[in-house]
Amino acid sequence: MLANTVTRRDFIKIGGLSSIGLTLGFYTPAGAKENSIELLTKESAETLGVELNAWVSIDTTGKVTLMNHRSEMGQGSYQTVPQIIAEELEVNLDQVQILFAPGNGAKYGSQLTGGSSTVRGAYKHLMKVGASAREMLIEAAANKWAVSKTDCYAENGFVIHRASGKKFGYGELVQEASKLQPPKDMKLKEAKNYKVIRQSLPRQDTPLKTNGTAIFGLDKKLPGMLYAVVERNPRFAGKIKSVDDTETKKVPGVRHVISVKMSVFASLREGVAVVADTLWAATQGRKALKVQWDDAGFEHLNTEQLFTRMRDDLKKPGLSQRTGGNADAVFNKAEKKVEAVYETPYESHSCMEPLNCIAHFKGDSCDIWGPIQAPDWIQSLLTGLIGLPPEKINVNMTFLGGGFGRKAFMDYPHEAAVISKEINAPVQVVWTREDDMTQGPFRPGAVYECKAGLSKQGNIQSFQAKIAAQNMDHQWPGADKSTFNGSTVEGLPEGYFESISHYSFSDIPTESPIPVMWWRSVYSSTNGFAYESFIDELSREAGQDPLDFRRKYLGSERYQSLIDTLEQKSNWKARGKNEGWGVAITECFKTTVGEIVKVSRNADGKIKIDKVIAVMDCGWHVNPDIVKGQVEGSIIMALGAAIKHETHFTDGKAVERNFDSYKMPRINEIPEIEVYIMDNEEKPGGVGEPGLPPFSPALTNAIFDLTGKRIRKLPFNINEV
Amino acid sequence: MATYTLNINKKTHTIEADPKMPLLWAIRDIVGLTGTKYGCGIAQCGACTVHLNGNPVRSCSLPVSVAANKEITTIEGLSENNTHVVQLAWIKEQVPQCGYCQSGQIMAASALLKKNSTPTDADIDAAMQGHICRCGTYPRIRKAIKTASQLITQKASTK
Repeated sequence: MLANTVTRRDFIKIGGLSSIGLTLGFYTPAGAKENSIELLTKESAETLGVELNAWVSIDTTGKVTLMNHRSEMGQGSYQTVPQIIAEELEVNLDQVQILFAPGNGAKYGSQLTGGSSTVRGAYKHLMKVGASAREMLIEAAANKWAVSKTDCYAENGFVIHRASGKKFGYGELVQEASKLQPPKDMKLKEAKNYKVIRQSLPRQDTPLKTNGTAIFGLDKKLPGMLYAVVERNPRFAGKIKSVDDTETKKVPGVRHVISVKMSVFASLREGVAVVADTLWAATQGRKALKVQWDDAGFEHLNTEQLFTRMRDDLKKPGLSQRTGGNADAVFNKAEKKVEAVYETPYESHSCMEPLNCIAHFKGDSCDIWGPIQAPDWIQSLLTGLIGLPPEKINVNMTFLGGGFGRKAFMDYPHEAAVISKEINAPVQVVWTREDDMTQGPFRPGAVYECKAGLSKQGNIQSFQAKIAAQNMDHQWPGADKSTFNGSTVEGLPEGYFESISHYSFSDIPTESPIPVMWWRSVYSSTNGFAYESFIDELSREAGQDPLDFRRKYLGSERYQSLIDTLEQKSNWKARGKNEGWGVAITECFKTTVGEIVKVSRNADGKIKIDKVIAVMDCGWHVNPDIVKGQVEGSIIMALGAAIKHETHFTDGKAVERNFDSYKMPRINEIPEIEVYIMDNEEKPGGVGEPGLPPFSPALTNAIFDLTGKRIRKLPFNINEV
Repeated sequence: MATYTLNINKKTHTIEADPKMPLLWAIRDIVGLTGTKYGCGIAQCGACTVHLNGNPVRSCSLPVSVAANKEITTIEGLSENNTHVVQLAWIKEQVPQCGYCQSGQIMAASALLKKNSTPTDADIDAAMQGHICRCGTYPRIRKAIKTASQLITQKASTK
């Protein structure tokens, strides 16, 4: 047996797998606990002998450690990444230790957890990682027994000799295995042979989240760590005019009051940081602070002005993303012309865990800890801003209390790093709920103009859409503002582009100082409402059943199966009197989701959402129960944005500051939700986001079905329909 | 600053704190139990829920001075090994996604079931609607409370 320290470390590159490696390391993790999450720092990783570009490590006792290279913000990467590897590695997931990989884009590839990309981006690599380790372990056993490796197989952490039944645990083989060449060709299992993938295995993080032991960013502490809160300009672009910190410095525990500037896209946001021994002292010190802001030189917009500007922008020619045929000419000659304008609001992400980040600037390196969606982005950004090379910026991951796109933005880690550098101590910057809700970035508001020409028979001859909204990409330094929004067609199923000959999709980037950012399902979250409301309007103008109408235009076998399933699960043709049923089908991150919402009126006349039926076609997938949970959650998040909350602006400031005014859906407002997953082995699509876009149009389409009233602006008050 | 005795999870802690400081920060930053979460600071989201003499309270809005010398239970003290019926039910129904609000949800659900071991949907609505879950785990929370209720009934019948 090897000693408890690293005696040998072999890092083996697997042929043909760029940026993916395998370590069969020999180590006994010092202090590693069963069923507990180890937060791995670069330093501790080196002590343990884990190479940072490895997903798999096995120690001499047979203990298997698998790395999750992506953020765990609720969507389930902590379960699905190891579940994929375990299938080919032939290990039992209950006996595996799962670690968060620190930021290292050079070794893990992109670690940005966004675009519902974890599984669809890496599934084959992850299977190969597991398969190569398994093959090397098998070969090591075969060599020891002096038999052919084809006479051996792996199962449940052992290699077994088929004829004799002799077995070796992986721990007994790891030393020999690490000396072997990794296999060049690996045959991955066929779906019919899966034992781990496609099983609703219970999530390994669940027990940690029922007894308070899961460590979120806000729970992480470093020795000697101070706490900071920051009074920021509430208007996004103003400068500090004066600071009076006389009273702040009298608050017991307050150590420093410093001015800081944070990178927010192409601009800097100014603020005054109060640093103290405790978070409570820091917040008390901040209350006593007197800051005057210089708010000259930029617009102090309010919501009405913003939307008026977007409506006016629609009169301008758009930047064209996608066109086919000659939509204008066909529309002008069409038998029937249909036009509609839809509006969707600005929204706050409002993750349950407010933003926070720890930084420890040590002169020649900087440690970061926090709830982070893009560790490699933070390394790139901070390199330029604090003058350290990326490999000296150690970004360590914790669990995230929600992300939804907000925690891919790097302003709060930047803030922490700047403050730590200034005070020369480890510091945790904590955003209050009010900071989190008012500072943005927000989901951008949008106004859509849709028009279509219908034939006498009610067939779509042309389909045109124009979006006026802030362009997220145009905010970055040096962005070319003449470029079209590449997300203008997101949300609309690709099948429409095959069945409709004449179409045009364009956008007009609306100017505003309000920072905007991805919000779960990004543009699909609002495009979906506009496009699927409009398709529904067209079906009604054509006098056709809304589901059958969609069936005509979404011709492929996959779409047809999804529509058949929707029809069957909802019993679509059997809708009763006094019921309103609505359907919507959207496509987002390579996954198609159809949802049917059923509404009726309560005895008091108010609309009640009775049921939501969702069918997701995400192709190849890992854990059906996690998929279902993501769809349930997406529907509920969409419900909030459809009928509960909106971020308003007045005089250049966000109005809603906390959950008393930014109203969230509550348990008593949730309809029954049924989720079905299409069973096929097509390429995997996203899971965490695509369930969101179809809900709001399915709801308003259902309300139209019940009441004849068309809702074209979100959010709306469902009690007043 | 003043000295307070906090009885948390059957352990006594003597702490120095500003009397106005919410109990939440005493639990998290002084005593060091981080399972109880900060979500809003104004008793709107329920993430900070603990039991005070058996009743669910919002620790973000309760001054530490008020909680002194009373029995406080946090998520860490609900059971020794994750074996409280509510925890078992939460695991069985795979409730948590991000998990941040779940300590508060579990503390509210356990307080409900202690008073009413067979809650109706309306009882669940009343007890749980002060708790926000941004991930939208509400359907599973409801299901898990019913599962926990069944576990209580089963336990009672096997005694």
